Amino acid sequence: MLDNYLPVLVFILVGILFGVGPLVAGFVIGPRRPYDEKLSPYECGFEPFGDARAPFDVRYYLVAILFILFDLEIAFLFPWAVVLDQIGLAGFLAMMVFLAILVVGFVYEWKKGALEWE
Amino acid sequence: MGAQGMLEGLPEVLVILAKIFAITLPLLGVVAYLTFAERKIIGYMQVRLGPNRVGPRGWLQPIADALKLLTKEIILPSASSRFLFLLAPVLAIAPALAAWAVVPFADGMVLASVDAGVLYVLAMSSVGVYGVILAGWAANSRYAFLGAMRSAAQMISYEIAMGFALVGVLMAAGSLNLEKIVLAQQGGVLSWFWLPLAPLFVVYFVAGVAETNRAPFDVAEGESELVAGFHVEYSGMGFAVFFLAEYANMVLIAALTAVMFLGGWLSPFEGLPAEVLGVPVLGPVLGPGLHWLAAKTSLLLLLFLWLRATFPRYRYDQIMRLGWKVFIPVSLLWIVVLGLAITTRVAPWLD
Repeated sequence: MLDNYLPVLVFILVGILFGVGPLVAGFVIGPRRPYDEKLSPYECGFEPFGDARAPFDVRYYLVAILFILFDLEIAFLFPWAVVLDQIGLAGFLAMMVFLAILVVGFVYEWKKGALEWE
Repeated sequence: MGAQGMLEGLPEVLVILAKIFAITLPLLGVVAYLTFAERKIIGYMQVRLGPNRVGPRGWLQPIADALKLLTKEIILPSASSRFLFLLAPVLAIAPALAAWAVVPFADGMVLASVDAGVLYVLAMSSVGVYGVILAGWAANSRYAFLGAMRSAAQMISYEIAMGFALVGVLMAAGSLNLEKIVLAQQGGVLSWFWLPLAPLFVVYFVAGVAETNRAPFDVAEGESELVAGFHVEYSGMGFAVFFLAEYANMVLIAALTAVMFLGGWLSPFEGLPAEVLGVPVLGPVLGPGLHWLAAKTSLLLLLFLWLRATFPRYRYDQIMRLGWKVFIPVSLLWIVVLGLAITTRVAPWLD
């Protein structure tokens, strides 16, 4: 059964090759004439203003946390969705309880304003 | 496994490699000419001619673009993290190509008919986010960093909506194997999943547009504010690889939408009598096959371009609101409705 996955693995390697190949070709064929101004970060012609890795808005972090929660939920839903017609009403209701709990959390986030961007 | 075993496995790997190149090379051709089609079609929509200088009617334009980018210097900014800076484009294109391993092109015409197909596709599209965020981080430039933060947050938000839409497809098809998902849609245009899963179809496609950072969701590279977003510091082939990845992702999303909601390779004229299908030329055209998948994919790709020509760019808060406050509740609700319909068997076309 794992035999089926060999082409997938080979394809990932080929995909990487299609990323590395052009880069190598670019380095070989393209010129290399670096100087300080060319290599400095682009800031519309101004001198770069300190380190770009500045603190960022905490809401990005919040979105990332929410993403983990919901993505995990989707991972739980996948096997359930596939066998839904075999597990009947009990299986359906069990997942509804699980979803209801998550929806409570989602509503709380919403009311708290975690999803507001202005 | 000794040297003997390795040699025995070699022909198998060569066959696989041949098949992979039979997929990727035409795909790259499609990607190249998609960029041309985009410029030409948007040109016509804006009453311009589009590129028409290189070759007859501009048909050699993509090749000229590729050659130009190939001969340009790849700039490694002095403030950047070199390794991550070069890794990012690879992480962008590898999953965009590798996801094609499980896409069925016609009945039995699939590289790897794995039973975790949808899961694999979802995983590959998640890896694509790394390419974007690493590019912005490694470049160590303000514009790139802001663009990467924005597009990463946008991509993961829409990935949730996409995931929920996929759950609906799985419920209707009862399998994670993309081939079986297509076969579950047999029975003509009205049995394709776009009808019973209509809200999820819309959510999936629009989320796909947002996921690929295409207009009108392209705040990540909003030219007027962030120059080019996460790939502002990339030049030459570094930029070309990102560019290829974006268009390869567009083709992938279009093909997956066709496979999961529009019946993949199935013909819209299903159920024709055998005499009609026996007619030379006309029969094979009206019957199922690769050409139907290609036609559906092309139509969806045209929609991608049309969206870009029609809509102004969304504001960032509007994008996040659409993703979290519209798409997620809508798809959740539809999953509940669908679950109810399947368990109580009121929807006979969904078993």
